[in-house]
Amino acid sequence: MLLLNHLWIILALPLAGAAINGLCGKRWPKSAVNGVAIGSVSLAFLAVAELVREYRALAPDHAVIGDYFTWILAGPFRVDFALQVDQLTIVMLLTVSFVGMLIHIYSTGYMAHEGGYYRFFCYLNLFMFFMLTLVMAANLVVMFVGWEGVGLCSYLLIGFWFLKKSAADAGKKAFIVTRIGDLGFTVGILLAFWTFRSVAFGAMFGAATGMQPDTMGHAGALTAICLLLFAGAIGKSAQLPLYVWLPDAMEGPTPVSALIHAATMVTAGVYMVARMNPLFSRAPAAMLVVAIVGAATALYSATIGLMQTDIKKVLAYSTVSQLGYMFLACGVGAYTAGVFHLMTHAFFKGLLFLAAGSVIHAMGGEQDMRKMGGLRKKIPVTYWTMLVATIAIAGFPPFAGFFSKDEILASAYSGPYANRILWAVGLAAAALTSFYMFRLIFLTFFGKPRYDEHKVHVHESPKSMLVPCAILAILSTVGGWFAAPKFWGGADYFKNFLDPVFASAASLAPASTLSEEAAHTLELQLSAVAVLVALAGFLVAWWFYIRKPEAPKRLAQSLHGLYTLILNKYYVDEIYAALIVRPLLWISTNVLWHVVDERVIDGAVNGAADSARGWGGQLRRLQSGNERSYASWVIIGAVGFTVLLLGLLRMGH
Amino acid sequence: MSTVPISYYLALSGILFGLGVVAFVFKRNIITIFMSIELMLNAVNLAFVAFARALGQLDGLVFVFFVIVVAAAEVAVGLAIVIMLAQNRESLNVERMNLLKF
Repeated sequence: MLLLNHLWIILALPLAGAAINGLCGKRWPKSAVNGVAIGSVSLAFLAVAELVREYRALAPDHAVIGDYFTWILAGPFRVDFALQVDQLTIVMLLTVSFVGMLIHIYSTGYMAHEGGYYRFFCYLNLFMFFMLTLVMAANLVVMFVGWEGVGLCSYLLIGFWFLKKSAADAGKKAFIVTRIGDLGFTVGILLAFWTFRSVAFGAMFGAATGMQPDTMGHAGALTAICLLLFAGAIGKSAQLPLYVWLPDAMEGPTPVSALIHAATMVTAGVYMVARMNPLFSRAPAAMLVVAIVGAATALYSATIGLMQTDIKKVLAYSTVSQLGYMFLACGVGAYTAGVFHLMTHAFFKGLLFLAAGSVIHAMGGEQDMRKMGGLRKKIPVTYWTMLVATIAIAGFPPFAGFFSKDEILASAYSGPYANRILWAVGLAAAALTSFYMFRLIFLTFFGKPRYDEHKVHVHESPKSMLVPCAILAILSTVGGWFAAPKFWGGADYFKNFLDPVFASAASLAPASTLSEEAAHTLELQLSAVAVLVALAGFLVAWWFYIRKPEAPKRLAQSLHGLYTLILNKYYVDEIYAALIVRPLLWISTNVLWHVVDERVIDGAVNGAADSARGWGGQLRRLQSGNERSYASWVIIGAVGFTVLLLGLLRMGH
Repeated sequence: MSTVPISYYLALSGILFGLGVVAFVFKRNIITIFMSIELMLNAVNLAFVAFARALGQLDGLVFVFFVIVVAAAEVAVGLAIVIMLAQNRESLNVERMNLLKF
């Protein structure tokens, strides 16, 4: 019971790693920095594993809470620094700490020749600390601490090569854009306190249980809270319309993209929505918004992914798209499917980024797929692991992505909050996903080399990079069976495990009208459709990039307008720049800087100094150096004072 | 035995003080200015003594002793300054001693 009683140990380990590396790492050799970084994260993973064992042995029917101290106390507003563990936390903890550990190991190989080695691992450990805080938080405010902390680490790591202007700018963009969503999150926290008189999850959900979805007053407050919190998720998880920071975040080192911008941090929004399921399920309007935003993002960013030429940018848009899937799942009430897709996505998208990093490493820093090609034979391990991840994300059985994506699409089609339009959108996005992922594979690993073979010496990456890839490849292959439903021969283990967390949401959902048999038939049909669609995507990619490599160019010419539009990412960055960034800059420059700062603030300060100098210039003439003028002043003063005193005395009488 | 009323003493003290002030402001010779300061001090002394007598208290007399002691010390320092001025500037006219100004 050691860890169940001392949840803080899990947080303390990566924090200690960050502190040690941050303070001493500069003077230490790389092996010592490695030891501290990997050691602390591995110990954290072992601690999580032990925690899971203890939790399952105890099998409590509610969250285990560790309440450490009262952090904020102001009238009725009380925030404890409290951590909690329940089934949802366990899923997140295992995913975060395991994938985090693998990526730490990978980073020792990838970053081996980079400056600022200790700084990188210090940030990475700090990120683990904040991410674990986020998932273990027992109230909204502690969650917000983790939420902002991972944002900080994201900023630091995107701008890790801060001497490069594009990297520094991308870091700032990520920080500022997510901040827009965080404003909603903060207001949501306040509104939650106002509604429930508490920000602790247990108390909030307890209070929400008494609120029925159809009561107007409650529905309004709940919907507002959910939408505000979801605004935070839109920023953090890069959904429409705030997704613009994630593609730019690819300026960071590739392990950072894998850990923060694919596997863990960006999924925080999904985790938060799943955590808040007792509120969301009582606010159907908010759920619909979540589902629409998710589905729209899934399709929209998949279309951008079709045309990207930078290998990491394709994966970035793919991440945005897959996050959209997760929100679609939450929005149609399939929280289990959403969280499961979060987990499998952490495996295969983490792997895709790691493998892409391996490709970039092999190509000596080249990220443009147009300058790759034919790498299959030269870096076979990277090729095979990446292929596994691609099959998984495209949704072919029996790989991990198939089960999670299938479950999401099935819920969108026939779940309690089914919406056939959203299902169709999701299906279209699945086809595009399959297409752009195989396009990536074909462009990178097939065909003739399009790089200068005399200049670039393609070499397979070191073991420290390949072993994490291999482990993730195994998980991408078999990870889906955790959640395999009964009729696929699985035990429906994942759903049963998470059921207690989502029980309150499930109890509110409209009951299915289908018989069990009909539901199974329907699910089989839907799976078949999903697989066929993925297969279609694969075949089109094969046709375009293997069979007729000149076909894409011809298609681009015949659809020139659409092609340019998508190639330029729908000009969204330009529109934001024109509508928001430039007006803000103009106001800042011409009003805040040149008027408010220079005229008003500087004017007040300089004016005070000028008037003091002016008066001083006049008054100093009193100091004439003439003894008799001084004497006169003394006498005038004495007489004046006496007159004043006498006058006062008379008034007193 | 009839006593002189206190107002007489105060009037005399006021006249002496006023003379001192006028001399202080209008005289140019530094020694004369010095003397006018002594005149003002003694005018104040006279007022103190008169009040002490009228009120039957010793406080005023104590003040007078302090004033006399301070005046003696002041004269010692002041005359030393005057001698130095006389040696260095060969003049005792205060109007020519105005270097210390803005």
